[in-house]
Amino acid sequence: MPIEKFTTLISECVPLPIENVDTDQIIPARFLKATTREGFGENLFRDWRYDKTGKPKEDFVLNSDRYSGEILVAGKNFGSGSSREHAAWALKDYGFKIVASSYFADIFKSNSLNTGLLPVQVSESFLARLFELLDTDPSIKVKVDLENQLISILPDGPQENFEINTYKKNCLLNGYDDIDYLLSIKAKISDWEKRMVI
Amino acid sequence: MDSKTIFDKIWDRHIVVNIPEGPSALYIDRHFIHEVTSPQAFGGLKERGISVFRPEKTVATPDHNVPTINQHLTIHEELSRVQVDKLTENCRDHNITLYGLNNPFNGIVHVIGPELGITQPGMTIVCGDSHTSTHGAFGSVAFGIGTSEVEMVLASQCVLQSKPKKMRINIDGDLQRGVASKDIILYIISQISTGGATGYFVEYAGSAIRSLSMESRMTICNMSIEMGARGGLIAPDEVTFEYIKGREFAPKGEQWDQKLEFWKSLPSDPDAAFDKELFFRAGDIEPMITYGTNPGMGTGISGKIPSLQEIDNASRNSFNKSLEYMGFSPGEAMEGKKVDYVFVGSCTNGRIEDLRIFASFVKGKRKADNLTVWIVPGSRQVERQAEKEGIRKILEEAGFEMRQPGCSACLAMNEDKIPEGKYAVSTSNRNFEGRQGPGARTMLASPLTAAATAITGRVTDPRTFL
Ligand code: SF4
Repeated sequence: MPIEKFTTLISECVPLPIENVDTDQIIPARFLKATTREGFGENLFRDWRYDKTGKPKEDFVLNSDRYSGEILVAGKNFGSGSSREHAAWALKDYGFKIVASSYFADIFKSNSLNTGLLPVQVSESFLARLFELLDTDPSIKVKVDLENQLISILPDGPQENFEINTYKKNCLLNGYDDIDYLLSIKAKISDWEKRMVI
Repeated sequence: MDSKTIFDKIWDRHIVVNIPEGPSALYIDRHFIHEVTSPQAFGGLKERGISVFRPEKTVATPDHNVPTINQHLTIHEELSRVQVDKLTENCRDHNITLYGLNNPFNGIVHVIGPELGITQPGMTIVCGDSHTSTHGAFGSVAFGIGTSEVEMVLASQCVLQSKPKKMRINIDGDLQRGVASKDIILYIISQISTGGATGYFVEYAGSAIRSLSMESRMTICNMSIEMGARGGLIAPDEVTFEYIKGREFAPKGEQWDQKLEFWKSLPSDPDAAFDKELFFRAGDIEPMITYGTNPGMGTGISGKIPSLQEIDNASRNSFNKSLEYMGFSPGEAMEGKKVDYVFVGSCTNGRIEDLRIFASFVKGKRKADNLTVWIVPGSRQVERQAEKEGIRKILEEAGFEMRQPGCSACLAMNEDKIPEGKYAVSTSNRNFEGRQGPGARTMLASPLTAAATAITGRVTDPRTFL
């Protein structure tokens, strides 16, 4: 299925200044029992967001009135742990389109890209500055321009280029999907099988 | 010139197409699937109206969600049952071999692949599960993938991947008594942190690694992902060949000789270059235990939780949050801490060797009264072997019971959950918040440390008994 096209986004941000946020926090294992991709947003950050009785925990950022937006800004090494793509689905389903952090776990990064959630890796200093600004003014906006690989804090805050694999960038800009590509090279795959006997 | 690492040798020969400035289409020799990360991939095939390209290269087993008692009965919990049934249905519709719950080969995906001889050197192996790195112990390129990638493999037997960088971790010298391979890997992660190998594929080398059994090597490769690595592998040698020979799906006769020749060509060339190389001395490693909520937060068992001054300013918040969750304070000693549960099992330490170590330690002793202990074999074959060797009997005489195979309390998707606020010493691989149940507090350790702890009821250095 084609993924959603992504070009430029301007949005407010939700800060989560915690390091090493693992996929068990993003979506705990007990909520992985669905057999479709929908509905995971409800349990995003479940155990940080709700207490045992299901009551929202006031001090968790997703429950605060101060912050909203389509960009999650997280501490370094975001998405470590399990390979569950459900983590990316949950973030997307909740309404995030971008996660910005200074460091992402590998599998999380590729899962996000395959889901159409854009991981934007920024420098430590950019991240620290963004957290600082968000702390004083929750209404500041950030612009992410995929074509130019540029993230900027609006209106005149710092800006920075970010890296993304050219192939993946084109997939996102055009809404292409890897499986369509792989299906298009099936003849080459069969040739490879014939060549490799061991 | 043209020197290659084992990783290069395997990776390069599996490239079907290189996309300019993009990833490569990498051919996958073996694909494992389980009930949790595969249903949406099959759903995707259905929406596209396509079938599985090479069904004979995929093997399925339900493991994550399964109960560890009364497996002959229908699964009690509805959502788990639906997922397991869905796997059965998908395998039937697409002609995929399934080792279902009552099959003699059922078990945790990373335990059964090797024990059936499906896992072999030189292969590319993937599974929608991050601990696929376990199979790297055989000198294969094995890594975890997400569900979209599972769909890619089902559709085309390939995944699109960018080549990671290469790291070699050398561990030389002799291990102290009472130190196991679990301690080696917990030690390495504690030294380089959970993000220390992000972006790399790791080769483990050195005399300490060479001296390990196949099962111990699997424990090390298993936890590669816990330092962020894409995967980890160990060059195959006589230990590897000996292990594979004669297993269900191992090559036989003339084919064996051909494969053997190929396998022997795999080890890294002597002058092959790595992007990063690390060195550790085996003798520096003590039995390890974790005190925090990621596997990098570990210490030698006689050591202490770091004091606040030892933690970077930027990381203090996360450190405090983690200790608060664990109910620990900076600077405290780990030995002697109260424990409520012990879990022995998982794809890290749920193999027969692990049960042997646990059983030989507790033999003739008694389980501590204050503890609940779950001993969960990694597979049916492990369970049968434990029976055959009299391990079940030894365990029972010491007051322990052995359950039926599955992932169990490693991720607590079934009923085996550590209750809120309780402390568990676990031989599994992750001590994340809530990993073993909402509010559960996990300390990771080796089967030997778990055994010593199960006898005293407190975090115990196994060396005090040796
Ligand atoms: S035992 Fe634990 S880590 Fe291993 S596959 Fe099962 S859930 Fe994953």
